[in-house]
Amino acid sequence: MTEKAFDLAVVGGGIVGAACAWEAARSGLRVVVIENSVIGGGATAAGMGHIVVMDDSEAQFALTHYSQQLWQEIAPELPRDVEYEECGTVWVAADEEEMDEVRRKVQFYQTRGVAVQILSAEALAEAEPNLRQGLAGGLLVPGDGVVYPPCAARYLLEQAQALGAQLRCGQAAVALSNEGVKLNDGSFISSGATVNATGSWAPGLTPGIDVQKRKGHLLITDRHPGFVRHQLIELGYLKSAHSISSDSVAFNVQPRKTGQVLIGSSRQYGVDDAKVEAAMLSHMLARAEEYMPGITRLSALRTWTGFRAATPDKLPLVGPCPGYDKLFLATGHEGLGITTSMGTAKLLVDQLLNRPSAIPLAPYLPNRAQQKEAHA
Amino acid sequence: MPESITLTVNGHSVSVPEGSTVATAVSLSGATTFRRSVTNEPRAPLCGMGICFECRVTINGHAHARSCQIVCRAGMEVRTDA
Repeated sequence: MTEKAFDLAVVGGGIVGAACAWEAARSGLRVVVIENSVIGGGATAAGMGHIVVMDDSEAQFALTHYSQQLWQEIAPELPRDVEYEECGTVWVAADEEEMDEVRRKVQFYQTRGVAVQILSAEALAEAEPNLRQGLAGGLLVPGDGVVYPPCAARYLLEQAQALGAQLRCGQAAVALSNEGVKLNDGSFISSGATVNATGSWAPGLTPGIDVQKRKGHLLITDRHPGFVRHQLIELGYLKSAHSISSDSVAFNVQPRKTGQVLIGSSRQYGVDDAKVEAAMLSHMLARAEEYMPGITRLSALRTWTGFRAATPDKLPLVGPCPGYDKLFLATGHEGLGITTSMGTAKLLVDQLLNRPSAIPLAPYLPNRAQQKEAHA
Repeated sequence: MPESITLTVNGHSVSVPEGSTVATAVSLSGATTFRRSVTNEPRAPLCGMGICFECRVTINGHAHARSCQIVCRAGMEVRTDA
């Protein structure tokens, strides 16, 4: 048996790949990271950087909650430019039907040990004076936070490099196997295990996996400190984000540490073109304006798009790629990859080292769909 | 002689010839810091033609107005960063 050059080759230097590299390096593995462009240049740079505990399924809760705890553990060491801030999330209820949803969420979170607080209409107006009048209330999740994802990815990779991980930037992987990674210059990196962490590009390297591109638009404003104080998301978001097929927009805004405001969000399937679409953007801004009438008076600095890696059951793929035993997947994080990168890294390295995991692995294993069919 | 108009800069009354830009009024008020950068460094007009955004001030409550591109109006309330 020939000695492998590395224990783990991480393909993709986004937040997921960076987190995997760090976790593997600090677990004693010899790691190489292959990134064909710049660190954190894909969905990592395009996303909002919301660190959020979700409740739409037990598995989603388990991974987001675990991941948030991991973020909170490293928060004190994060450099300033990562802009970690525990600003909290407010889920905004427009009407009584959505307040029923708030009460359901309170029950869900509280029975699982997550601190939450119901906001009456008055409390919501006090917490966020720039929201329109006449909203029904909301749910405050104080432990949620934000980071600036490209700098977070860079930081995690630097930590990995300090532990000996190697970085190959500007080199593209063209083929992955149980033996390692073939690069576009014809060279081969042999590795004990390889992980495809290339987000929505993952099917290009591991064809047949169920990951689709889901396009999103974002806009950032100039600095207007205090205009928005928490990450604000409309509860109608649950309806729109969950519809698998159609295009949708939702009111979803985030205060940055600088005082800038990130305005989102949109979701589109079946669009490969990264160009900013005026119709989608104006639809998204109109939605934001419905909730925050003053928001369109802020000056916009930049708008852009990105591609989420979406799976049919909205859970990431973390584990062996079907048909392989040393080629792994860490993709399919949809709009939650910044949060769930941390938990993903733990679950991946747990599998590589046969360590027990803090949460059950099964819901994220890439062969779960086949397993279900086999048992049906 | 153009007519003189009066506005306030950081609460102080300033008179300028009609047609003057807000940047002129801010300079005449004695203020040297128009705004603070994200790292809290002082900033003042650089290009004078609306491209560099260094001259931004708050005018009548609206933040990030480019003072070099806006003509003074009587009664305007202009604020700079401290």
